[in-house]
Amino acid sequence: MQANPMYQLQGDNLSCIRDDRELFVGLDFAVKSGQVLLLEGNNGSGKTTLLRIVCGFREPDSGAVSWCGENIPQSQYYSDMAYVGHLDGIKKELTVLENLKLSLALSQSGKLSIAQALEKVQLAGYDDALIQTLSAGQKRRLSLARLLITHNILWILDEPFTSLDKQGIILIESLMAEHCDGGGMIVMTSHHDVNLQGVDIQRIRLS
Amino acid sequence: MAMFDAFAAIVRRDLVLAMRRRSEIANPVLFFILVITLFPLGIGAQPKLLQAIAPGIIWVSALLATMLSLDSLFRSDFDDGSLEQILLSPYPTSILVLGKITAHWLTTGLPLLIVAPLLAVFLGMPNQSLSILLLTLFLGTPILSLIGAVGVALTVGLRRGGMILSLLVLPLYVPVLIFASNAVEMASTGLPVTAQINILISMLLMALVLAPWPTAAALKMSINS
Repeated sequence: MQANPMYQLQGDNLSCIRDDRELFVGLDFAVKSGQVLLLEGNNGSGKTTLLRIVCGFREPDSGAVSWCGENIPQSQYYSDMAYVGHLDGIKKELTVLENLKLSLALSQSGKLSIAQALEKVQLAGYDDALIQTLSAGQKRRLSLARLLITHNILWILDEPFTSLDKQGIILIESLMAEHCDGGGMIVMTSHHDVNLQGVDIQRIRLS
Repeated sequence: MAMFDAFAAIVRRDLVLAMRRRSEIANPVLFFILVITLFPLGIGAQPKLLQAIAPGIIWVSALLATMLSLDSLFRSDFDDGSLEQILLSPYPTSILVLGKITAHWLTTGLPLLIVAPLLAVFLGMPNQSLSILLLTLFLGTPILSLIGAVGVALTVGLRRGGMILSLLVLPLYVPVLIFASNAVEMASTGLPVTAQINILISMLLMALVLAPWPTAAALKMSINS
């Protein structure tokens, strides 16, 4: 994909108050193509809440999130983003292939075919395996494979390294670096150290 | 067309899921059959009475069977995060939701339609009203699925939404029950039923057009909890 510096995700003056507790107030950020925004903070500091606001699941108590200058509840944003959250979003009664085919049908097709993506996340040969027979780490790899088969510029990842082994973490980091090199951008939370060489990482510490 | 593909993919996925969880689709039909077969036993050997209340029995059972199956409409998608992915799709949520409702009707409404003739004979319903019974079920059960979807979407985020769901949905089911069972009753005495059927058709069309939007909006609210 040609690097396109036009893409920008911006949060202006975001606030979130939950049960009389201010999670964050007046938060600003801007992420451009090729950059990573890493949200840090203790448990309960509002990282996931912020990600859900960025996804549009939750309305901020003040402020707005915009994509390329337009507020996000508009269709273009949703065809440019992909989200992997705490929940895998995969159906355990379906096979690997059936799950990915649905993701593909719900979105536009991206850079890689399903077979190529499975190869990349080292799940090749598991096409017809039922999800309930996979391990937690394999499920996580599968939900990350979804990022590769659909068209997207922005990845929103909530703790993407959960239940992955060391090799899996390295693999996902390389995919993330590749995505940023290709003009993509990532907003993510992580308790692990993120090791991305040559990628511009912005950090926001929520407390 | 991409949007239609997405709709079809949702329907297909839910049908495959239903096939893999067979006991779940068998439940409403089994309930339907059980309730209807219990009535003659409870009432005793009074064929006239049974015949008179047959339309009501069948329709009330169909209504309760549908209600019983409603919770499964969004529950598993809500629990495993598939719902988040559906809401983040660039395609209109209402279309995707309509796909889920279609699959729900195919797995719960349609089986009722298939077993209904047998049960109607069992209750001694006259032949001339059988076709009208099937027609009302064909028009009425999709309305139940569509209205039910709005209710489930509102309550899926609650831990014990079952009671609220019944309270929300039942009053909206009553008009369908009244017109449908009345049509079957009239048909058994040989009276014309065009009016009731037309009302059912208009209710179906209205539900088809109006239900997916609030369902989509309610799901967005539920996912926020």
